Amino acid sequence: MKLWKTILAAAVLTLAAAGTSAFAARTDLVIGIPLEPPHLDPTAGAAAAIREVTYANVFEGLTRIGPNSEVLPDLAESWTVSDDGKVYTFKLHTGVKFHDGADFSADDVKFSLDRARAENSLNAQKQLFAAIDKVEVVDPATVKITLTHPQGGFLYNMGWGDAVIVSPKSADTNKEKPVGTGPFKFDSWAKGSSITLVKSDHYWGAPVFLEKVEFRIVPDAAAAVPALLSGDIQAFPFFDPDSVAQVKDDPRFKVVVGATEGETILSINNKQPPFDKLQVRQAISYALDRKAIIDGASAGLGLPIGSHMSPTNKYYVDLTGRYPHDVAKAKELLKEAGLENGFKATLKLPPPSYARLGGEIIASELRDVGINLEIIPVEWAQWLDQVFTKKDYDLTIVSHTEPNDIDIYSRKDYYFNYDNPTFNKVIADLDVTTDEAKRKELYAEAQKILADDAVVGFLYELPKVGVWDAKLQGLWENAPIPANDLTKVKWSE
Amino acid sequence: MIAYLLKRLAIALATLILASIVVFAVLEILPGDPARLMLGMNASADQIELLRDQMGLNAPLIWRYLHWAGGLLSLDFGRSYTYSVPVIDLVRERLAVSLPLALIALALSTVIAIPVGLFSASRRGRAGDTISMGAAQLGVAVPNFWFALMLIYVFAVWLRLVPAGGFPGWSAGIWPALKSLLLPAVALALPQAAILARVTRSALIEVLNEDYIRTARAKGLPYRTVLWRHALRNAMIPVLTILGLQFAFLLAGTIIIENVFYLPGLGRLVFQAITQRDLIVVESVVMLLVAAVIAVNLLVDFSYAAVDPRLRSRS
Amino acid sequence: MTLHIDIPEETLGGILAKAFRNTAFLTGFVISVLILLMAATSYVWTPYDVTKLVIADKTQGPSLAHWFGTDHFGRDILSMVMVGARNSIAVALVAVGIGMGVGVPLGAFAAARGGLVDEALMRINDLVFAFPALLSAIMITAIFGPGAVNAIIAIGIFNIPVFARVARAGALAIWPREFILAARAAGKSSTQITIEHVLPNIATLLLVQGTIQFALGILAEAGLSYLGLGAQPPMPSWGRMLFDAQTRMVAAPWMAIFPGMAIVVTVLGLNLLGDGIADILDPKSRRQR
Repeated sequence: MKLWKTILAAAVLTLAAAGTSAFAARTDLVIGIPLEPPHLDPTAGAAAAIREVTYANVFEGLTRIGPNSEVLPDLAESWTVSDDGKVYTFKLHTGVKFHDGADFSADDVKFSLDRARAENSLNAQKQLFAAIDKVEVVDPATVKITLTHPQGGFLYNMGWGDAVIVSPKSADTNKEKPVGTGPFKFDSWAKGSSITLVKSDHYWGAPVFLEKVEFRIVPDAAAAVPALLSGDIQAFPFFDPDSVAQVKDDPRFKVVVGATEGETILSINNKQPPFDKLQVRQAISYALDRKAIIDGASAGLGLPIGSHMSPTNKYYVDLTGRYPHDVAKAKELLKEAGLENGFKATLKLPPPSYARLGGEIIASELRDVGINLEIIPVEWAQWLDQVFTKKDYDLTIVSHTEPNDIDIYSRKDYYFNYDNPTFNKVIADLDVTTDEAKRKELYAEAQKILADDAVVGFLYELPKVGVWDAKLQGLWENAPIPANDLTKVKWSE
Repeated sequence: MIAYLLKRLAIALATLILASIVVFAVLEILPGDPARLMLGMNASADQIELLRDQMGLNAPLIWRYLHWAGGLLSLDFGRSYTYSVPVIDLVRERLAVSLPLALIALALSTVIAIPVGLFSASRRGRAGDTISMGAAQLGVAVPNFWFALMLIYVFAVWLRLVPAGGFPGWSAGIWPALKSLLLPAVALALPQAAILARVTRSALIEVLNEDYIRTARAKGLPYRTVLWRHALRNAMIPVLTILGLQFAFLLAGTIIIENVFYLPGLGRLVFQAITQRDLIVVESVVMLLVAAVIAVNLLVDFSYAAVDPRLRSRS
Repeated sequence: MTLHIDIPEETLGGILAKAFRNTAFLTGFVISVLILLMAATSYVWTPYDVTKLVIADKTQGPSLAHWFGTDHFGRDILSMVMVGARNSIAVALVAVGIGMGVGVPLGAFAAARGGLVDEALMRINDLVFAFPALLSAIMITAIFGPGAVNAIIAIGIFNIPVFARVARAGALAIWPREFILAARAAGKSSTQITIEHVLPNIATLLLVQGTIQFALGILAEAGLSYLGLGAQPPMPSWGRMLFDAQTRMVAAPWMAIFPGMAIVVTVLGLNLLGDGIADILDPKSRRQR
């Protein structure tokens, strides 16, 4: 009898709980992220996963970058720039507290920036701070930054995850227990499994909707799909395009395809024979069937590119018609290069599915023109070591996700081993040109040189595919920077 | 007897030391620089050198081996390169998943295998025996990760009875945590149960052929009593040996299953650490697992000595 | 697991007669022959070319044109299962070859010499046994890079101590026999005796262990390839096919079902074959199993 009562009581409680949750909107969220961050301090590591958890949620900077790559005020409510473009004066928000209760002031800004640009700093993006000459505290709510030379992108730079403001009290322990000024504070980290953030009690800005957010680490796409389907995880902001077919017809989910700044290319070692011959590189470009690659490696998502520029960029020129898919032409070029019997080469593939799947398709397409590729899958550590640092490779596939980075082809000793004085001159001119029409012309010329030289095989612009519960609102569509900004996320209902 | 045990102990220790040298040497030749991986493509050579110094990667080889091996002895496994926490903490956290998982799988496998083996042995040569041993053959042949995939799609995606993967942590409550270990444990237990059922059956049949069982039967004791009271108890020795070995295997052999269900266990820790070049974690966990295998083998040796009088007199 | 069986002293006719009455052996034999035939056929004919990608036909369900459906690159799964058979078999077979080629001489040598040599070899054996096999295979492929050859080496290394143990145990049982004593008396060296008398007498033992390791090798190859560390494209292998299938279980379950079944059937066939051989050649085992 007593047992029955207990069970009945429990049942009533359960029903009551179910009832309330049906009326009030949910305030919890489980987000799937592909890689576990090594630690949670964005000022001491390059891993995108650190930013995917902390950016705009835990840590804030003077400025921040918005969903469409725009610069927005953050801890600095406003700023003025001197006429010579060298002195920035930031007016800071007042009444801001760090999660540990410490007050935020201009001293923290000076501390954070000086720390990031110090001699022994391990900041992964030190170049962001290279232009800073000195940082001065004017009063607790005002800070003055003097640059050595005017820098157009300075406010954008201060919005990067690497430039967030930390407190001197907690700076050394942020790796394990991050303390910032953001709307969410760190709660717990079950290593290898998940990281939990909870709403901060004394946030200075607009209140957020979610009470508790768990970032669950789901490294492979095979596990991501069932986790989504079973409702364990409600959002994957960075979903593997290859798995979209599994969820796109399910009304419970929303598939959102946005843009990234990732030019996906078949990188070629330009000094490695026979790739030092222009005909061979052009033959490769003719042999590539971009449509098949996009369909097979990216579920048909992603825009084809003909040079190193995102189609959404204002300087973009369409060069996709430069090398149409033409097997006969490719064979002819190989014959001209004295390689009518084809040759063997290697293709080193890093872990992402665009590389591994794209690699299989490209190997098959190049086989059709007589180039036999041996596929060598490598981990990121090996890729950075062998391909990027030691340039020990023939071909590789990688997506260059930094925005507006066509200048990499002019860098000395960059892993393409490409060295064209004409191209270098164009990039050098760009640096000192401010006239917009002229810049556009120069950018067009740079793109055309790369296409004519067939420096690499230009494939497509990497899409940013997000999949989440259809009732969830406010997640970013595009990915201008690695981040999962949760400040505007809420459940409808 | 004592001399025999001491000899076994000495051999186990020698194996352990050799193993530590092998592990250390093998990991030294792994390609890839952990410092470069941590700082990414934009870091300068100076920054990388600085970090390498901080991580102690520039010290001489022998010194690093001795430092590491010395640390192992005092349970100080060093700090993880990627997580920058003591390795021992990581291991402890991961064991909280792997150990219960291995135990549940072992329990499941025992609960399935012993009755099946018993049933089969008591019905030797008849239809029941053929069917259950056929099923056991099938169980041995199924790759456990494939079985796991099938389980996920039936029980997690289709029926939605259990989570498809992940681990909420023991702090989320016993039941939610256990629930997420259920499918992985079943997937792990199946092939083990199949092996164990076969061993149980043949051990039982062997015992049933012994003279004292025949005597008991001749005395008119019912078959059931003989089977339960005498045969099963005596057949437990080989069964327990296999169980011990399976436990060590389960602890180490969950890598694939932990990946299928993305469980934060020891196996996945090693797998991730290898791809992230977190050498110190790999070295420590591999050593720990090797030590576990050696310890189990030693225990098996000791228990043989305790049970088998012939071994006791030999020295 | 190692088996202990005695040496048969029967006529060929008697053995064959027993074989025909042994269901396990017959079933295993038929399955194994069918799988081998399938692998052999794939060298001369497959329904479709497995190296040709037809992206337009990707992930189609089973149909008359594609009995087992197509994969994410539009390749025919039936053809891939056929070609995959020869890769899975090749990896497992070579791994068994490595294990036998190195392990048997070591074990036989240890048994022949005895004493310190025996002790030392067996201790090295223990050392290899102490490493969890899959973990070590992952480390090996992490160092030398993923690929079929490295998978073979990784699996092969762990076959060595198994065969060494079986060969040693078998040989130790043979050495006290009368015909060995006779050969010794005739002044033959221990190497000669090992080759002429010991090895032929432990051949069946090794054959049975070989089938077991062969089956385990196929499972191990599948496991490594499932983690992406085994055979690399464009050559299909069953484990590799499961690796590709794992991310597409909802949209294309046939990509996982058919290669998985191929593994199960093959391993089942080999295990039955091994059991059957042990049964037929060992009168005592009839009683034990």
